[in-house]
Amino acid sequence: MSVRRARRRVTTPIVVAAALTGLVLAGCTSNTAAEESTTSAPAATSSSAPAGTGTGTGSAPAGTAGGSAGAPATGEKVVIGFSAPAADHGWMGAITKAAVAEAATYPDVELRQAEATNDVNLQISQIETFINDGVDAIVLLPFDGAALTEVATRAMDAGIPIINVDREFTSPFAARTTVLGDNYGMGVSAGTYICSQLGDNPDAVIAEVAGIDSLPLTQDRSKGFADALGDCGLSVSNRVAADFTVQGGETATSNLLQAAPKIDALWNHDDDQGVGVLAAIENAGRSEMLMVGGAGSKNMMDLIKAGDSVVKATVVYPSTQAADGVSLARLIVQNANLGDLQSSGVPRTIQLFAPVVTADNVDQYLPTAFES
Amino acid sequence: MSEQKVSVAKATAAGGDSSPAKPDRSGGGLLSGSVGRNLGLVVALVLLCIVGVITGGERFASIDNILTVLRLASVIGVLAVGMTFVITAGGIDLSVGSVLGLATIWASTLATQTMAGDVHWIVMVGSALAVGIVAGLINGVIIAYGNVVAFIATLAMMVAARGVAEIISNRQTQVVTVRPFLEAFRGNIIGVPKLVWIFALVAVAGWFLLNRTTFGRRTVAVGGNPEAARLAGIKVKRHTMYLYGLAGLTAGIAAVMMLVRTTSGSSTHGQLYELDAIAAVVVGGTLLVGGRGTIVGTVFGVLIFTLLTNLFTINNMSISAQSVAKGAIIVIAVLLQQRFVVRAHPRK
Repeated sequence: MSVRRARRRVTTPIVVAAALTGLVLAGCTSNTAAEESTTSAPAATSSSAPAGTGTGTGSAPAGTAGGSAGAPATGEKVVIGFSAPAADHGWMGAITKAAVAEAATYPDVELRQAEATNDVNLQISQIETFINDGVDAIVLLPFDGAALTEVATRAMDAGIPIINVDREFTSPFAARTTVLGDNYGMGVSAGTYICSQLGDNPDAVIAEVAGIDSLPLTQDRSKGFADALGDCGLSVSNRVAADFTVQGGETATSNLLQAAPKIDALWNHDDDQGVGVLAAIENAGRSEMLMVGGAGSKNMMDLIKAGDSVVKATVVYPSTQAADGVSLARLIVQNANLGDLQSSGVPRTIQLFAPVVTADNVDQYLPTAFES
Repeated sequence: MSEQKVSVAKATAAGGDSSPAKPDRSGGGLLSGSVGRNLGLVVALVLLCIVGVITGGERFASIDNILTVLRLASVIGVLAVGMTFVITAGGIDLSVGSVLGLATIWASTLATQTMAGDVHWIVMVGSALAVGIVAGLINGVIIAYGNVVAFIATLAMMVAARGVAEIISNRQTQVVTVRPFLEAFRGNIIGVPKLVWIFALVAVAGWFLLNRTTFGRRTVAVGGNPEAARLAGIKVKRHTMYLYGLAGLTAGIAAVMMLVRTTSGSSTHGQLYELDAIAAVVVGGTLLVGGRGTIVGTVFGVLIFTLLTNLFTINNMSISAQSVAKGAIIVIAVLLQQRFVVRAHPRK
């Protein structure tokens, strides 16, 4: 381990230089990776232990370098590869921005950003490039978790810890740590809030404007929503799916409003498409409903604060997940612990909270809202 | 009928623009020889309506719902009218969706800057149209004078325009709050949404241009046989450039409609709309190989797809099943057209 680190320190300044040097370096790292993968192959660890991270499990005990409470202000140099989908809506844009800003706060972190893409093939090759470059860790928000699982597992096997953000892989061996928003919890929060507003009306018409229906996250949100509504005897009467874009929200909602002449409450999964959902409601001249958003854009929070539209609440889905991924990646590489936790090593899974924002508490959440 | 059309196209190519105006020349006559072609579309539309009334009843048959369908059809419809011209001339334009997005961003940026108070909404509209026309003419120049295949040139524009839109907007949705602009295009005239009127005007103008003018005749001639058209004295290159400019103009008009519908400009506006427009044009009976175009058919094509979506939503059915139905409709429509292709292009 320490031999490899020493060598890395010597060669890091040259990484960006000649391609030849890069090749030599890649040769070094791939050799050491090969040595490591023999000691840290999943087979060598018990099934309950985290899959090999290249530090710990096989060789040295983890958590020796960083000490207990928090990492030192500057540790050893950490090179983190970062790949995320294209910022085709505000939330995703905020994800990348926050990650880059987070990396900039650490003098010992070098963030290598792959071009944002919605093409899983391209994203896979980006991860392969990171593996070949021998980065210390990879923060990955996959466009599709299942499609990126195999390449992420290869990175893990090569001794590069993967921090999986937001969209989950299908294998426990594909990531060292997973940071998740709570999609199911968003649905639960939205459903619970609507229950609190309409719970005494068993005939209430509930509409739902989902995001991209083929994504597991959308299915989780819808399931949470249905489960929470079920608790107070309500159910979704009309459901449409859009695509997280403004135009999709407008089109789907225009049709939805025709399908349901009177709506008591409407939950829209995503505040970006919410601009379109709201436009459709305005175009149709409807105002009888109570609308709950999702994700937590500044736009919607401003409307909630103003209180003169149908938007009464939104459910937060933090756009700071990848930023958390970056800081966790740094802690993992430096063998440090997380904040005040007593247990050694960074936890395997961290799921963030999905609070309901209403006029009562909107001021608390406005500062972290993202621009849609 | 199609043989007659071909002979007309050849006559046009041989005799310049002097051939007598025949209503069924391009298969788009409102009440003429194309009735047979459009009959299938009418039947399909009626069938969809019958299914709608049976399953959706009052909700489907309400005036409000019909107007909603028309309003939803308007944006794609305007794009499809421009696309009809390009496809009739044997080309294709994959960039209209992206150009639409870019034009919305251009206009919404004007509306959301600090100087927004000083910008009259006419300037927003004008700039959206200008962006569309310029992008279209760039396509046209590259295709006509650069001899680049239309598919490739417009594919490049599709990617590039989306990129420019993302750069300008920083990938953020810009909400337009300029009241006079929204009010100018919102609401109804004689009970019909203004957006639908715009679509109707564009469709009628398109029909007139294709079936009643020299420009339309030349378009058909260029699509039928570019070489013959050139020999007949038609400036094929210049005409091609104009055609893509026209498609760009319709993208600009659609962008204004999009701005009003969604009260926002966004770099994601218009995604995949080019494919919806192409699908509507093809289903409507315009030949992808060129030489035959019908605006009436295109309008039917757009309405069929929009009605389909509406029908599925009214009945609370899955989006996936809808996509399957869409695909089936496209394939069936094209299969029905095969025999026309064989007749229209005996050497192909």
